Amino acid sequence: MSGTNGYRRLGDRAFAGLATGAGVLILIVLAGVAAFLISEAAPAFVAPASDLPDGESLARYVWPLVFGTVLSATIAILIAVPMAIAVALFTSHLAPRPIALSVSYLTDLLAAIPSIIYGIWGIAVLGPASVPATQWLADHLGFIPLFEGPASTTGRTMLVAGMVLALMILPIISAVAREVFSQTPKGLQESALALGATRWEMIRMVVLPFGRSAVVAGSMLGLGRALGETMAVTIILSVSGVITFDLISSENPSTIAANIALQFPESSGLDLNVLIATGLVLFAITLAVNIAARTVIGRREAAGGR
Amino acid sequence: MKLSKWMIALTLTLVLALGVAACGEDTSDAGTSGTGGETTALSGEIAGAGASSQEAAMNAWIAAFQDANPDVTLSYDPVGSGGGREQFIAGGTSFGGTDSTMDEDELAAVAERCAPGDYIEIPVYISPIAVAYNVDGVDELNLSPSTLARIFDAKITKWDDPAIAKENPDADLPDTNIVVVHRSDESGTTENFVDYLSQAAPNDWPHEVDGNWPTKGGEAANGTSGVIGAIKAGSGTIGYADLSQVGDLRTVAVKVGDEYVAPSAEAAGKIFEASKRIPGQGEYVFAYDLDRTSATAGLYPISLVSYEMACTAYDGAEEAALVKAFYGYVTSEEGQQAAASTAGSAPIPDSLRQEIAPAVEAIQTR
Repeated sequence: MSGTNGYRRLGDRAFAGLATGAGVLILIVLAGVAAFLISEAAPAFVAPASDLPDGESLARYVWPLVFGTVLSATIAILIAVPMAIAVALFTSHLAPRPIALSVSYLTDLLAAIPSIIYGIWGIAVLGPASVPATQWLADHLGFIPLFEGPASTTGRTMLVAGMVLALMILPIISAVAREVFSQTPKGLQESALALGATRWEMIRMVVLPFGRSAVVAGSMLGLGRALGETMAVTIILSVSGVITFDLISSENPSTIAANIALQFPESSGLDLNVLIATGLVLFAITLAVNIAARTVIGRREAAGGR
Repeated sequence: MKLSKWMIALTLTLVLALGVAACGEDTSDAGTSGTGGETTALSGEIAGAGASSQEAAMNAWIAAFQDANPDVTLSYDPVGSGGGREQFIAGGTSFGGTDSTMDEDELAAVAERCAPGDYIEIPVYISPIAVAYNVDGVDELNLSPSTLARIFDAKITKWDDPAIAKENPDADLPDTNIVVVHRSDESGTTENFVDYLSQAAPNDWPHEVDGNWPTKGGEAANGTSGVIGAIKAGSGTIGYADLSQVGDLRTVAVKVGDEYVAPSAEAAGKIFEASKRIPGQGEYVFAYDLDRTSATAGLYPISLVSYEMACTAYDGAEEAALVKAFYGYVTSEEGQQAAASTAGSAPIPDSLRQEIAPAVEAIQTR
């Protein structure tokens, strides 16, 4: 008896040790990355302004990149979240089982496509296909700053980049949402139906509130990927360092990650430090977004808003 | 019975296929071993890094050199010119390639790395940069540096602009917008193209010469393939790219003196006749100040020149022998032809090859 106990205790201890170790390792890696970023970025912060890439100040160099990063990620989230919720609901509540299974399998498959393939697809297929539509937008809705134009003739625009990003983060968000939607207590769903709710009303009143924090958490995962996505944006976006809300012209702000990928190969010395400093900014943005999301979820749960 | 017949057929096919493949290998081996330059008993391993512009040529050189010297392993990491210079100065690599010559600080640092030997910098790769365009119905286009500069600076925005029409009286120019395509990544191609604009049209090109495209606006694309792709995909587009990568796109003939010169390897090679070597940098530093304003007949002024870096003295006998033999091959007529046929570069002129030969000869063990 004691032997089994001892064995169990050993197993417990080993497991606890491994789990704690893994947790601590993550912290160490994160701290290591932060330390690397800070130490490598430091020269860029103290360097005289005249040595910097645009000769003015680091903030002026980083700002358009931050703007582009946030803009592309925002477009991606705006498109991806509603779509992901719809896909998740379709597979968890609406579709017949075999169809639901294959749809969820195919959605997950989207996450397995390498980002460079998304990028090539973006310039070869989606970009050219978007040209007539963006031309129309520029002609008819040009008074809206978003569609001011002139429309790009190659389709390598912020709008297309955002759409490709949306497609890339869709599987992450929908997978998280689907799992939680399908965990909605059957009793609650059935009582809603028994009270005379239609299926849509049941979903609106029971499933969506139940899965809200999961949708937020999934969206944050997706947002993290959209903010940091490099290859697809590098290939698709025609960048020129401007700050504009115009989504359909060929002059777009670059994103931090894409800018690093584009400039790194030919950079040396201080330019490299500046690039890493922009990486540090991206790190900070991602961290801030995640903390904000955690707080939102935490507050909801504490308020019993589940 | 049927099955066994199938099996026999299959076996026969396999045997035949293998036999043919083996023959193919044999012949190709015999073919390439001759082109690898010296076939001394070299062995060992050296690494280089640097400009990605000469990557295709470098791969061809390395492949041929290794074929001729089976015990040798060479590697070249196309990290970019800046990274290549940095690694070479730090002593991390035995050789390296760079598109831009070293500045004073770097020369001082590299002198230390090579001491007590000297630093070697030799031009081995010259590649014409074509101005390619995609305009329906326009098969030939002649442009002067001034017009070209104004187009790329977005001062001329329509294809039927009088400035373009004047130089192309026979062309049927459409009334469409000009879409300028440039590189979005920092690149030696951009630097050389911009250098040409600022030298040949100083009044119309007020921007600084740098590897990053200096103006905001226009269409930006990643890498040579991105630029070519964007020119092809758009309409009314014009951009610059390595001539070897331009494919079936039309290219602009550029005004030199009184005539218009189309890009070609031969025309690009003439730039060394017109340009002067930068003096006072060292006995073996063949850095050229490319003169893109020369009126030399038949000279194509927009090209990228890439250099190889080395030291005259290395610690190890093996390292010294390898670098020497490799650069000997690279600067040979054979090596230059190999680069021309795989990378589409222009072979450097014979006179220049003779001039830089002593630099390669000087490499020895410390």
